[in-house]
Amino acid sequence: MTMLEAHSIAFRYQPHGSWVLRDIDLHLKPGEIVGLSGPSGRGKTTLAKILAGLLNATQGQVSLDGRPLPQRGHCPVQLILQNPELAVNPRWHISQILQEGYDTAPQPQLLQSLSIETGWLSRWPNELSGGELQRIAVARALGPHTRYIIADEITTMLDAITQAQIWQSLLEQARLRNLGVLVISHDAPLLARMCHRLVTMPE
Amino acid sequence: MLTVENLSVTFSMYNDGLRQQQLVVITDLDLEINAGEVVAVLGSSGSGKSLLAHAVLGILPNNASVGGTMMFAGEPLTTQRQAQLRGKQIALIPQSVGYLDPLMPVGQQVARAAQLSGVSQPQQAVRQTFNRYSLADRVRNMLPFQLSGGMARRILVSTAAIGQAQLIIADEPTPGLHPDVVAETLRHLRELADSGKAVMLITHDIQAALAVADRVAVFYAGTTVEVARATDFAGDGQALRHPYTQALWRALPQNDFTPLPGVQPAPNALPSGCLFLDRCPLKTSMCEVERPALRSLRGGAVRCIHAT
Amino acid sequence: MKLTLATPATPARSTPVFNRRSKTMLTIGLCLACFVAVLIGAAALGDAGLQSSLRERNLSPALAHPFGTDWLGRDMLTRVVQGLSLSLKVGLLAASVAAVIGAVLGTLSATLGGVVDTVITWIIDVFFSLPHLVLLILIAFAMGGGINGVIVAVALTHWPSLARIVRAEVLQVRQSDYAQLSFKFGKSPLWVAWHHMRPHVIPQFIVGLILLFPHAILHEAGLSFIGIGISPNVPAIGVILSEAMRYLATGYWWLGVLPGLMLLILVKTFDVLGENVRHLLDPKTSQD
Repeated sequence: MTMLEAHSIAFRYQPHGSWVLRDIDLHLKPGEIVGLSGPSGRGKTTLAKILAGLLNATQGQVSLDGRPLPQRGHCPVQLILQNPELAVNPRWHISQILQEGYDTAPQPQLLQSLSIETGWLSRWPNELSGGELQRIAVARALGPHTRYIIADEITTMLDAITQAQIWQSLLEQARLRNLGVLVISHDAPLLARMCHRLVTMPE
Repeated sequence: MLTVENLSVTFSMYNDGLRQQQLVVITDLDLEINAGEVVAVLGSSGSGKSLLAHAVLGILPNNASVGGTMMFAGEPLTTQRQAQLRGKQIALIPQSVGYLDPLMPVGQQVARAAQLSGVSQPQQAVRQTFNRYSLADRVRNMLPFQLSGGMARRILVSTAAIGQAQLIIADEPTPGLHPDVVAETLRHLRELADSGKAVMLITHDIQAALAVADRVAVFYAGTTVEVARATDFAGDGQALRHPYTQALWRALPQNDFTPLPGVQPAPNALPSGCLFLDRCPLKTSMCEVERPALRSLRGGAVRCIHAT
Repeated sequence: MKLTLATPATPARSTPVFNRRSKTMLTIGLCLACFVAVLIGAAALGDAGLQSSLRERNLSPALAHPFGTDWLGRDMLTRVVQGLSLSLKVGLLAASVAAVIGAVLGTLSATLGGVVDTVITWIIDVFFSLPHLVLLILIAFAMGGGINGVIVAVALTHWPSLARIVRAEVLQVRQSDYAQLSFKFGKSPLWVAWHHMRPHVIPQFIVGLILLFPHAILHEAGLSFIGIGISPNVPAIGVILSEAMRYLATGYWWLGVLPGLMLLILVKTFDVLGENVRHLLDPKTSQD
């Protein structure tokens, strides 16, 4: 079955600590835009990291097309975080940051659709604003091996125009390449506008 | 209460070597906030809105130079006066608990804020303020990292509300918070305004701004492009005056969700003439000649020659 | 309708070269020039002044002998410059060895984690809790003194501070979002270490290394002063100061004051260099 699936996921940070996630099931098909909202902020980000392979679930498992998530190589499930300032190495040039997601180079059309200007490529991250950095993070995550995007509150800190720009571009890529996108957000109108299906986190 | 006229802030930056470049990050900024009202300063990141707060408080970094005039309560706001009023008459609600001392219990920190603000009986004031914001007594001994998101927000508001501040500046008070906490924080700001203080709410979030503000000042590329009433943001935005504000309104997911292409110009690449030139759908050759002045229009103000 | 004159786009206006950064660079240049001067001076002056010349004993500073002469008629200026040069070289070598040990152990500790990290951190803490000078003297004594003794003693007692700094920096990168994401872009741990960690560690390493030099130099002088450092035949500052102690009461002030002053200036210059390099490399202050 071609999809990204999380089955009975449970997670806690310490061996005898409290559970952050309990018995979570989720699935995401190629081309689907699924919205995830819910009360606790930390739980959703933890789930996002588990789905993208940055954290290992304490119980349960994440499978891609029936097999466990690959540990090596470019992971087909890519996570975009809320704070782009933390998601990039402050001592790298923008061009290096962008290049990390690609074998060769990102397509100019992609950069254009995200309104990424060539002048930015030689700059340092601290010279760009949050909105500009987030566009870079999105472009970086859209490498050729990517098949699923987990977007954790990626436009919560951005103004309405930048938000619309990033999402229109991201959704267009998702349509072109049949990517599955999980949109984590508090913004009900945003989710209603974009998503085929909505999921709420329990507890 | 606060009047800002023709404010400009320039930074001296080194560009890859020994030479310094002057970056103008705020130009011709005009703003007015009266007692009892909440004015939202709405702008994207990089528009200079946080710098405005720092300029009013007098806490810009060393390589910044400030031009223009600022008046507080009818008197000019000089650097000396800023140092005197900071924390007393003018208070800041910081963005996160990162601004608090991580090793001091929060009760003590709020008491200290009260003391610095000139409150005579800080401990009693802390008790009253905690009461007002539904903070249990035991919270006084907690350290910042132990606070939940909602509690932390209330503590940060307390540090500003506890004193005699007449002007309260809330710098991005709702960064990525849960909607309930956001609503509560905004409500507190409204209460502060209703009790006679002037409140400046700096944010990028239109919904948050509209929830509590009386007027909205829209920032773009370091200057005010429009001052509108909160009620103007309705329907398809016809009541709004500046094309940027209209584009912002239309870009919301509950409206068109279509963005205006392009990005805000960087401070070192500002166009001559109107700053919104590169992206404006109403652009004509007149726009390239001069930067428009802020003029009154229909109960608000706008910086555009085409606005009606 | 009111139109004001447009403010033109601000061109890149360069201010003349007396801003803070150029002063920093100038200071760094001067410091480095000082060190080079000492080394060249030592080579230039040669051994001529080190010969005993009993007719010129105990002369106070004058044109012929700007730093005076000692009880054997040896030129003090030559001795001091040679001494500084030797102290400089020994100090640099000892500090470099300490820095390399510190950087390697710090990196291993942070990347391997687990038992290795616990052990190394424990060793660092032990070294920090032991009295610094006592350890230094013990090691130098056990090695039988001499230049080797000094270098080993200084290296072994100074690596912990840099190890701590490097470890903290590497840990911070390791736990960062961008490093974690890097693995998901298919990068190997070695790639991440080289490309992500190195740019963070190197500036800290350089500043730490530069600030280690004055310690090393002073310790060498100290050890030589008490006799378990460099042997008395060789003109090292510590040796010179030690011998000058015998003549304190005689009023031959130049035998102790001038060498001591020069040592102080040398050490201070390193300090200034380190602080200025730090100022340049720290993003928080580099725009001042």
